Amino acid sequence: MSTTGPTEQSQSANAQSGDYLLRCVGLHKWYGSVHALRNVDFNVRAGEVVGLVGDNGAGKSTLIKVLSGVHKQDKGDIFLEGRKVVIDRPRAAMQLGIETIYQYTAMIPEMSILRNIFIGRELRKAGPRGFGWLDRKRMASEAVASIAEVGLDLESPHRPVKELSGGQRQGVAIARAMHFQSKILILDEPTNHLSVKETNKVLDHVRTLSEQGVTCIFISHNLHHIHPISDRIVAMARGEKIADIHPDDTNIDDLNKMIS
Amino acid sequence: MRSVLKNLMTRPEVSALAMLVLMVVVFSLISDRFLTLNNFMIVLQPMPEIALLAIGVTVLMIAGEFDLSVGSVFALSPMVMVLLLAQDVPVSLAIAAGLLAALLVGLANAGMTLKIGLPSFIATLGALFMVRSLAIVISGGFPPAFPRDMDTSWLVGRIDLLRASIFYLLGIAVIIAVWLRKTDFGSWIFATGGNTQAARDMGINTTMVKTTCFCICSVLAGFAGIILAFRIKAIVPSMGTGFELQAIAAAVIGGAALAGGIGSVAGAIIGALLIAFIENIIILARIDANWFKFAVGAMIVISVALNTWIRRTAERMRLGDDQ
Repeated sequence: MSTTGPTEQSQSANAQSGDYLLRCVGLHKWYGSVHALRNVDFNVRAGEVVGLVGDNGAGKSTLIKVLSGVHKQDKGDIFLEGRKVVIDRPRAAMQLGIETIYQYTAMIPEMSILRNIFIGRELRKAGPRGFGWLDRKRMASEAVASIAEVGLDLESPHRPVKELSGGQRQGVAIARAMHFQSKILILDEPTNHLSVKETNKVLDHVRTLSEQGVTCIFISHNLHHIHPISDRIVAMARGEKIADIHPDDTNIDDLNKMIS
Repeated sequence: MRSVLKNLMTRPEVSALAMLVLMVVVFSLISDRFLTLNNFMIVLQPMPEIALLAIGVTVLMIAGEFDLSVGSVFALSPMVMVLLLAQDVPVSLAIAAGLLAALLVGLANAGMTLKIGLPSFIATLGALFMVRSLAIVISGGFPPAFPRDMDTSWLVGRIDLLRASIFYLLGIAVIIAVWLRKTDFGSWIFATGGNTQAARDMGINTTMVKTTCFCICSVLAGFAGIILAFRIKAIVPSMGTGFELQAIAAAVIGGAALAGGIGSVAGAIIGALLIAFIENIIILARIDANWFKFAVGAMIVISVALNTWIRRTAERMRLGDDQ
């Protein structure tokens, strides 16, 4: 496998740009003796859809976990809008405007769509966070609006999430992320476990988001999903970034060879 | 109309409520003394103790954890209280110390479960033995007498055949029910038990939520023990033995799910009431008392089966059929 070409391209891409929305410099992460991230530089421009590809264990999940506050990097810095930021827990990421959509959808099955949209960020009529009186009316109306905005048809926001299909759940997750007006939307393998029809729906959602100018990082090991919707593709292998390319400069076969 | 019905059917306490109605009908046929005001007041007398235990266990079960040590805490708190009363410590301080002991057990349970990573079943099984032993050890084998002349009317005073403690139960039940359903923290408890990973990923401090629930469960158990000590004006280190299972039975009959995320205060109270009714009818109808445990066991199985069936039926009802 040759990595020379893509690496050169990645360096030239880095050199051109100063106006990144998100900039990660020299990230390292160890899990015990496993070096999961090795000196990774990862940048995203505003309004861009970046496809992040790699085989299982390539480090893409670890990178996402660092960005969404699930794990903290052991070394390296993260800059958001030019400002150095510390993301030490999921809430810190959310407060910075980084929303993550997980492949398992991060929903509470027994709870309603409406409650799921506001988990951990419930709207309050009165009182500080943790001692707040719920504002159910406002949550219901805002939930309905958010669901409509992503073009979902779900009968009622009071339906429990367990009654929804996988694709509908991802739709709610996207509505949730959009409701909180994220600066960066991370989609971590959102098409896993979905049928072809549902996958297409989720990809449509991402296209709509990118048309609206939302910055997205789309993670998948399915190159057929990534290639058509990405403005740029970053490939990882064994904890390192091995390519940073425009989709027009590559094709699915080359990408496949690169990451496997 | 259909959506109202569906909402009702997905409430956790629905099967317990159905059984309550059925039981009242059947029991009043068995004994004509069952459906009388006097009998109901007699049934309600010891209710606060077991219902408070059941409410605490339910709150913790909603958060996805489990507490087997409540029966032992039920003895520890009043034991601490009575020992301090014997040293002429004021009543309010003695009660506070008893509740503090319960709080510490709750914190220890939370620590063992959340920091060390033991399953709460194992951690609190350990606590069941350790706390019971502590209650006996600090009593020195011979617990001091409950101060006979102390004013107990504010907590367990008689109101006809009822005790004042029933109002404490109602007050606590309303506060916790409102807290669970109307506040953001209540929502976090359901989210934490419903899917801990998702709750954490959505920014909820699940460790803090579960720790709070462990503490509430323990403190309610301690308070329930204090009520019993006040009511019978005595303290024995063995009191509350086996109550943990009755409390869990009441919680489960009331619809609390072992897996977490489901349960209600109303369910816990109805569950406790059902157990009290069974005990009552066995006495009224002069049935061999050894059938009590059989009846409770059967009720656990029937209520969970009924709940599962009702929920499945409700899930099959599409709201779209409304139009």
